Amino acid sequence: MHLQKPVVAVTGLNATDNPGPGVGVIRALRRDPSFAGSVVGLAYDALDPGLYVEGLLDAAFMLPYPSVGRDAWMDRLAYISAQVALDVLIPNLDRELPALLDQEACLASMGIATMLPTSAQHDLRAKAQLHHLARTAGLPVPPGCTVSHADALYGIHERFEGPLVVKGAFHGAEVCHTVHDAVRAFHRTSAEWGMPVVIQQYAPGEEVNVCAVGDGRGGLVGAVPMKKLMQTRSGKGWAGVTIKDAALLELAATFMQCTQWRGPCELEVRREVDGTLHLIEVNPRFPAWCALTAGAGQNLVSAVVQLALGLDPGTLPPYKVGTAFVRVALDQILDISALESITTRGEVLPSTEWTASAGLPSRVEPEPS
Amino acid sequence: MNDAARLAQLAISPSGFVFDPHTGGTFTVNATGRLILEGVRDGLGLAALTRHLERRFAPGGADLERDVLEYVARLRENGLLPAGFELH
Repeated sequence: MHLQKPVVAVTGLNATDNPGPGVGVIRALRRDPSFAGSVVGLAYDALDPGLYVEGLLDAAFMLPYPSVGRDAWMDRLAYISAQVALDVLIPNLDRELPALLDQEACLASMGIATMLPTSAQHDLRAKAQLHHLARTAGLPVPPGCTVSHADALYGIHERFEGPLVVKGAFHGAEVCHTVHDAVRAFHRTSAEWGMPVVIQQYAPGEEVNVCAVGDGRGGLVGAVPMKKLMQTRSGKGWAGVTIKDAALLELAATFMQCTQWRGPCELEVRREVDGTLHLIEVNPRFPAWCALTAGAGQNLVSAVVQLALGLDPGTLPPYKVGTAFVRVALDQILDISALESITTRGEVLPSTEWTASAGLPSRVEPEPS
Repeated sequence: MNDAARLAQLAISPSGFVFDPHTGGTFTVNATGRLILEGVRDGLGLAALTRHLERRFAPGGADLERDVLEYVARLRENGLLPAGFELH
């Protein structure tokens, strides 16, 4: 393990209008002046925009989609680690996590450290399970349930006050004001994301988000709350600003305490005018806007890398309230040859002209037989 | 958080850019609006505020009390002042 110059692999380079968090994660890490390591991008598509951001990556590799199965994913990761001696992996996509949780021994055999929750912790915050946390941990989660048949929706107004939010197990949410709306949303959601479908009582208020890191022992390593100033049509933050709200930080601390969460997460919260909070979702990874934490002075990505490496990041500095981000969509101009290596060989190694300058360790030669 | 603490948090720049660090909201106010907002934040009452406006802007026959109260209502509507805030 290279503690001084760790090689950090990052997924989620799909920086589209519904961006994966990878580019934000790497930009946060690069903002840490003490980070002297290298960054390896792991992509699922040769046109993932993060592959082509100047100065972002030192090497890049294609991965098989998680749906191919854990073995194929792990085999590819083992190959990549043999090439560039990975020290830390930061997975950033919800779909990847089930294959990686509880795999520390396997990953450690490849020399890779992670800072991830256990599968039990991961399941506690699953959309289909989150409402249980209201009962077991006293977290302010709106009432909810899961349904597997549309008939259940016809009597649901007796259990919950409307309107309702119909959610897929992984993605998607529709606010429904009538039973008929809910039934239609149920069929759309189940067709796209499968069963069960999550029903949650609508929580009033403005949406605020918290990027937070747990130490895995119930402690809060750090947390930065943000209010979206501009959203895309699908509700993704396109601009935002750090805000001051002790209650949000307390909520993050309570979540860490009751779940023993290990690693990064994003709390999606609705806040009413009187300050009442409703925890509507917990994403088990960094949010796409996590570079804001570094910009605000509390670099949560850097903290996660240190924790994964077994280092103590110490008490993180307070974040600066009023630090804003504004996302940009721009065209990256490339020669077509830039796509050649990643498309044909599935990798771009540091020997090519395509890499940044941080310098990966030498390729690991196979041991003589 | 009480009204005074909430108001004290507002960041009001000399150019009239206002940032509410609790909600993340941003606003722009003109010189008159800034004077009223800063006055309310600093605890001035209605009479003190209107005197302040008269000295600074010499508005002539305007009904300053009515204007200030209307403006304070706008501040409440936009969440810059607490819902129950009343200027006396």
